[in-house]
Amino acid sequence: MGNSIIKVEDLSASYRKNTVLEDISFEVEPGSLTAIVGPNGAGKSTLMKTMLDLHPLLTGNVTYFGLPFQKAKKRIGYVPQRGSVDWDFPTDALDVVTMGLYGKIGWLKRPSKKHRELAFEALKKMGMEDYANRQISQLSGGQQQRVFLARALVQQADLYFMDEPLAGVDAATERAIMATLKELNEIGKTVLVVHHDLQTVMDYFDHVLFLNRTIISHGKTNEIFTKENIAQTYGGNMRLIGGEFQHVVSTSE
Amino acid sequence: MLSLLLNSNLGWVLLSTTTLGLAAGTIGCMAYWKRQNLMSDALSHAALPGVVLAFLLIGEKNLLFLIIGAACSALVGAFLIQWITSSSRISEDSAMGMVLAVFYGFGIMLLTIANRSAGGNQSGLDSFIYGQAASMVRSDVLTMMALALLVIFVIAIGFKEWKIFLFDQNFAKGIGLSLRGMNTIYTAVLVTTIVIGIQAVGVILMAAMLIIPAVSARYWSHSFKSMLILSSAFGGISGALGTLTSSWGSGWPTGPFIVVVAAGFFVISLVFGKEKGLLIQYIQLKIQQRQQQAKAVLKSEGVK
Amino acid sequence: MTYTAWIIVTAALVGLSCGLVGVFLILRKTAMMADAISHTVLLGIVIAFLVTREVSGSAMLVGGILAGLVTAFLVQWLHSLRVQHDASMGIVFTTLFAIGVILISTSVGNAHLDVQHALMGEITFIPFHTITLPVIGQIPQATALLMIVFLVVLFFIIAFYKEWKITSFDPTLAASLGIPVMVMHYLFMSLVSVTTVASFDSVGAIMVVAMLITPAASAYLWTDKLAVMLVLSGFFGVISAVAGFYVAAWIDTSISGSMAFATGIVFLVSFIGSPKHGLLSKYIRPGVHGRIVWRVKR
Repeated sequence: MGNSIIKVEDLSASYRKNTVLEDISFEVEPGSLTAIVGPNGAGKSTLMKTMLDLHPLLTGNVTYFGLPFQKAKKRIGYVPQRGSVDWDFPTDALDVVTMGLYGKIGWLKRPSKKHRELAFEALKKMGMEDYANRQISQLSGGQQQRVFLARALVQQADLYFMDEPLAGVDAATERAIMATLKELNEIGKTVLVVHHDLQTVMDYFDHVLFLNRTIISHGKTNEIFTKENIAQTYGGNMRLIGGEFQHVVSTSE
Repeated sequence: MLSLLLNSNLGWVLLSTTTLGLAAGTIGCMAYWKRQNLMSDALSHAALPGVVLAFLLIGEKNLLFLIIGAACSALVGAFLIQWITSSSRISEDSAMGMVLAVFYGFGIMLLTIANRSAGGNQSGLDSFIYGQAASMVRSDVLTMMALALLVIFVIAIGFKEWKIFLFDQNFAKGIGLSLRGMNTIYTAVLVTTIVIGIQAVGVILMAAMLIIPAVSARYWSHSFKSMLILSSAFGGISGALGTLTSSWGSGWPTGPFIVVVAAGFFVISLVFGKEKGLLIQYIQLKIQQRQQQAKAVLKSEGVK
Repeated sequence: MTYTAWIIVTAALVGLSCGLVGVFLILRKTAMMADAISHTVLLGIVIAFLVTREVSGSAMLVGGILAGLVTAFLVQWLHSLRVQHDASMGIVFTTLFAIGVILISTSVGNAHLDVQHALMGEITFIPFHTITLPVIGQIPQATALLMIVFLVVLFFIIAFYKEWKITSFDPTLAASLGIPVMVMHYLFMSLVSVTTVASFDSVGAIMVVAMLITPAASAYLWTDKLAVMLVLSGFFGVISAVAGFYVAAWIDTSISGSMAFATGIVFLVSFIGSPKHGLLSKYIRPGVHGRIVWRVKR
């Protein structure tokens, strides 16, 4: 596969004495929408953080567009878990979205009207235009997640990493976020999402990566999203309701 | 040397700083696991207005009353930190910083007034606040030791309960321990240790007596019990060695020497510690890397 | 200008600079760094004195800033070794402070430096050491220094406003956008150190801590806008400084202690009465059509 956008080779990572990820190698095709699934403690967030140089790499090598991370990072957008920032910070929704442009604005310059308009467009896309001047502490969890996503959109990256964007959000937000992901996907962007809800994997993602400290399986959703792979990934940590894999529920969530 | 110890005040002082170190090391280990390291710093500063108020009320420097005054004002400080943190958006470290500085400022205001009043300047209030163990007299030492032993006793008899309280509050609740009660006792013990330590090491360095031995102990053991024992041992030895060192020069302050000795133990622990010491960690990382590489090599050979 | 006026101007400058810097200390959740740096600056000043053998403003400024940076660096380093953040602070600053005190009491003697003076400051002596500047004329040395420091702080905060904002709010995002988060961190710690050292001589360590943390925390309760918070915090700093001075003059006590206490009063008023995030605001909410609706405590 010469055209893969991400290439991970022999990645491993550890927290102190414990190796949490080992022997991870995979490639991601451009324009794919991949769900990373696995039980709690499988290393999903750690994998994402290690790939983005936010957690030290024990061994291995990750390249993007054939380049090392540091050279490619301007083309990569990362949406961290919502809990990673302090929502009491004195700022409003539009301002947070504008932050996505700070890298482009450059030193010693203020965001111009044009930048604010770009940010406003992104908010509008997420259905948040009425909340542009709302303090971020007064937004609901779902609205905060949408602001985060709008901020990623405004970065205009080619590749997006999202850590549990659907965790704890309302149904409307989930729809808005998934519609946006589909849209990104249609214009050729590549998206990787840490996902916790097995029931929606089939509907939302064209690729899936089963992870439990190492890769159990990785490929097209309609080919590898099978009972066997789920059972192997989640081990005893799951039960089947109704016997159909669409209804698999992970008890660890 | 021995005769010097027995004849002079030094023996008494040595005994008291050692006991203080033991007590501070023990309670410090608990504060560490409660993630309240800098609380001790805030509370020791917050004790100042109480000390001066107690002095102004009684008009003489009686250690027990000063300690009671200090404890009251430190408790008010602890309460304020808790209240500000829980009922506003202000984070705990900001609340601690504010209580620390504002109480201390208020204390300095009172101290200036006390020093101006007749006899205030000669009262030795300053050496109480800035820590001059050598200025302690025998009755002071006895008061201090009694309180320090009480602190150690309270921790020792409830060891099991403290352990559960620190590691798993929900479980503690489940087995019928009163969290509120435990918290109250914990705060009382912490405040007592801090206020008796002030005279020996001073308001500013008291925090070090609680923090440094506890963090050092972490590098040697995973068991809470041995950590507690090690922490108090580090505290006690630092107290003794620091006091001895400071006795070499005339007018050398006790507190800073104790802290520097404790810091020495910390550096040794950080580098050579059996658990998570830098050296051990480095070796472990190398081994892990080698294993992973070996695996990779094996795999690629297998493919061929 | 009169003696009193100089003291008030000096204290107001301290309040202004500390108020501005303090906002980011609070928002970066490193309020206690103020406490740590204000103590270790003592070591820097002592070492500067030992090296140059004179009590000179510039040498001490450099020494103090270096000490502040060393503190920030050591705390960061210990933290990266997985020592809890507050524990690393506690270890670093008490140890460096202890070394400073030992140096003073063993080699320097009480000739020119003493710990108590450093902790409490002596603003009353400020107007006696003057220098002559062009345009302004005769001005107390400490006041001139604080004026320069205020301008430096103002410049850096305005110039890197958006970088401070993003590195404080979401350092991960900042890093992924190519903003050097660590450089900004140490630049900020330098600002804290500069402010601390400059304020040190006039108001002492503890007063610096009060001025760095309390006005900013008070401002945080009044507004949800960063720019407003900066202005308010500086304003609260100045108010506390002036009020503190008059209270001290009235009951004849330590000026710096009284100023620190005044910041506490400002906070208390904000904590209880702020319409946005104060205690009362939780019970009284403006209802529709501007009517006031009393809410029963849940």
